[in-house]
Amino acid sequence: MAGLLSEDALAWIGRSDPPLSVEVSRRDIVKYSISTEQVLEKYLTGDEAPPMFVAGLSREVVPLDDLGPDGLAQASLVPDLPLKRVMAGGVEFDFHRTVHPGDVLVFERSLSSLTEKQGRTGPLIFVTYTINCRTEAGEPVLEQKQTRILR
Amino acid sequence: MVDFSTLKVGDALPERSYTATNVSLFCYNAAIWNPHRIHYDERYTTDVEKHPGVVIDGPLQGDWLSQAVTNWIGDAGTLVSFGYSNRKASYLGETLTSGGTITSIDPATGEVGVDIHIRNEQDEVTSPGSAVVRFPV
Repeated sequence: MAGLLSEDALAWIGRSDPPLSVEVSRRDIVKYSISTEQVLEKYLTGDEAPPMFVAGLSREVVPLDDLGPDGLAQASLVPDLPLKRVMAGGVEFDFHRTVHPGDVLVFERSLSSLTEKQGRTGPLIFVTYTINCRTEAGEPVLEQKQTRILR
Repeated sequence: MVDFSTLKVGDALPERSYTATNVSLFCYNAAIWNPHRIHYDERYTTDVEKHPGVVIDGPLQGDWLSQAVTNWIGDAGTLVSFGYSNRKASYLGETLTSGGTITSIDPATGEVGVDIHIRNEQDEVTSPGSAVVRFPV
């Protein structure tokens, strides 16, 4: 079953988006905390960001003209692969530091691996993205691994 | 307040139910800046993307999974790592319940492993996950 991953596709491993710098605001933490029904005071006042708030900060913010008819921005770091159906993979986080209003975070996202496996119902391709988040001063905040499964 | 010294493998984490509404989903997707129409445009969602209804975001269920842990530990411990998969879609109108179980306790490091889950009203696990928290020892 070798051969699902072309030379062109494999060349994408290690490619990165340009670093994204985000300043954390109390008001954004509060909005997030209300909409996710947080209960801890530190999140509702915005003194500290809930862990998943930080994970969502690296979403694309692009002009309206760059949004497709489905509302989504064009995804980056997507090689041309022969399997097209996307299944939910998983997401994993390692947390190093809590996040507070005024923090300036730098996110770096890369395509970290492309592997093919034989599933029960046919071949599968696992695409893994790694997002590293640090403070402007270089202090680690979190690492995120996201897996997409194509079949 | 959770007391590390009293925890046992097999202990259940508190459960909590969430019933998303059009308003709560709108606010969530505005807060994270997610313009995908399947979370607010019902006609588009059913006609074009062929879902049975407006889709409850996977990462929102991920947040509820993280809250199963953060609400349980409060300020008694810290979240070290956390992961989950969205295995089955959930739609507006469904009530989802978060919960979990302690799977490991390391008295030397204060690290506690938990399995966490979101279940739907049919008692199916839609999003399984796991986490590690650390208590001061």
